[in-house]
Amino acid sequence: MKKDFMQTAVIVSNDRIAKATYEMKLNCDASAITAPGQFINIDVPGFFLRRPISVCDAEDRSLTIIYKVVGKGTLAMSQMSAGEELNILTGLGNGFDPERAKDGALLVGGGCGVAPLYMLARKLVGKNKSVRVVLGFNTKDEVFLEQEFLDLNDVYEFGCEGFEGEKPEVKVTITTVDGSYGVKGFVTDAIAQIYGSAKKTNNEKTYEEGNAIDADDPIGTKGTAPHGMSEMKVPYYYACGPLPMLKALKKSVGNHGELSLEERMGCGFGACVGCSVKTTKGFKKVCADGPVFPAGEVLEET
Amino acid sequence: MNSEERKPADISVTLSGLRLDNPIIPASGTFGFGEEFAKLYDINVLGSFSFKGTTREKRFGNPTPRIAECTGGMLNSVGLANPGIDEVIEHELPALKKIFRKPVVANISGFSIDEYVYNCERIDKEEQVGIIEVNISCPNVHDGGMAFGTSAKAAAEVTRAVKAVTTKPVYMKLSPNVTDITEIAKACEEAGADGLSLINTLMGMRIDLKTGRHILANKTGGLSGPCIFPLAVRMVYQVYDAVKIPIIGMGGVSTARDVIELMYAGATAVQVGAANLVDPYVCPKIIEELPKLCEELKIEKLTDIIGKTHNI
Repeated sequence: MKKDFMQTAVIVSNDRIAKATYEMKLNCDASAITAPGQFINIDVPGFFLRRPISVCDAEDRSLTIIYKVVGKGTLAMSQMSAGEELNILTGLGNGFDPERAKDGALLVGGGCGVAPLYMLARKLVGKNKSVRVVLGFNTKDEVFLEQEFLDLNDVYEFGCEGFEGEKPEVKVTITTVDGSYGVKGFVTDAIAQIYGSAKKTNNEKTYEEGNAIDADDPIGTKGTAPHGMSEMKVPYYYACGPLPMLKALKKSVGNHGELSLEERMGCGFGACVGCSVKTTKGFKKVCADGPVFPAGEVLEET
Repeated sequence: MNSEERKPADISVTLSGLRLDNPIIPASGTFGFGEEFAKLYDINVLGSFSFKGTTREKRFGNPTPRIAECTGGMLNSVGLANPGIDEVIEHELPALKKIFRKPVVANISGFSIDEYVYNCERIDKEEQVGIIEVNISCPNVHDGGMAFGTSAKAAAEVTRAVKAVTTKPVYMKLSPNVTDITEIAKACEEAGADGLSLINTLMGMRIDLKTGRHILANKTGGLSGPCIFPLAVRMVYQVYDAVKIPIIGMGGVSTARDVIELMYAGATAVQVGAANLVDPYVCPKIIEELPKLCEELKIEKLTDIIGKTHNI
């Protein structure tokens, strides 16, 4: 780690973008954020522990975070104004590896977990990889970043240097649990629709057929995907969101992807061992060894 | 300016014959095995540091969440997560040797007297170990840890057993979760302890008002941070009166002023714990600040103030 590990960031803007959800732009040296999915740890005046918040985007001296007000600390953050300063630790965690997606990628976000996927999508599109984004929220008022993801379609000109082939495309699907916006249900429902129905055109099983209950496994606990969905051809995926979403996703689309985990942290840089997780490769720290892990290494049911 | 009169204060201290350049020792459990901090600064500026509490077997620790916050501090219920003594000796200590050339404080835990003996006997043979700090005060494990630190008889038994198999100074790390810490301190001294470390965390609890449930999966956790500092000062003060062996004071220390205060109360050296987690540079900052503060307070030798409040 370098000298810019701890620094003073100046708040450029701090705006409410959805229900209890804020976007804060900071002016600081963002160079320590080298991969999407990394996070910063913010010293909120008046609170003892820092607040770890994932980075939504970072470039040069601009660092954007999106956070949800879930307690007193984030409430205090939401009340800060442009010009105020925050002490941050930056460049924390490992982040997603955009190189792992060979052709296209599936990005799955739930709630605040949507935020780090934006920088990931930007990086993937920059590498001429098409991106399918599936974002889950509880209700319409909570939806954010939909347009920003779509706008990535216009950022990169077709035929940029050294590129031959089709223009990368960003497609966005929103799900809401109450059906007030987009697809009603969870991200896994939308993914089953997208990748299940795609097979129909290939003369394969339809989603509905694929969804038929397996007599030997009526609740779909066998294998990686319930109800015959294991044949869904899902590209390499990246996911960030609540634990139940990550578990359901892993179960339905398998281990060909990366999961960003969340845990209550003390320090955020590997010193306190507060945020440990059991993986197939031993005990790991979510903050320093993660937060992103290969899907096959974490959340294995025991 | 007369440079003769402005000689910087001597901030070195000596613990059981072990000379430290300064009294600052990051506390066990907040500094790992030094690796994370060595990426940020040259950790050789430290007096020493106390490495992560080590048990015989590798431990995941308690289920998560195991960190919670409170006004002026935090709770942890990590529960002695550590790689186990084999791994510590085979991998952590050799790695540590590359980043830290001073003797370290080896923090050792156990779940039985046999385990304390086994771990201490093995760690005693490691040349990098300057002091063995025996943790009989972890509030986060059942059937061990604090059970030994809340009974004078049990604390003395551990001390005696460990002393019988070790050659290096043995410091017993005491729990504040007792009615009278001086009883435990005296029992350890009588059983042969070379020194005492105090205080470990206080057992606390937080409840989430949205769910009515405990925030920590372990329900209880150890309270640390600036909110416990006055308690540490009081306990170090009381123990200093009760025993003759040196005290490593700790509990909520986060500034050079706190260090001086704890030394006035009776500490020979001072550990910094939770503060490392929120400001990873806090120890070098304190070390840099100490000579300036000594000058401001007209302290020529830091050792002059150890326990001074008792004689005023």
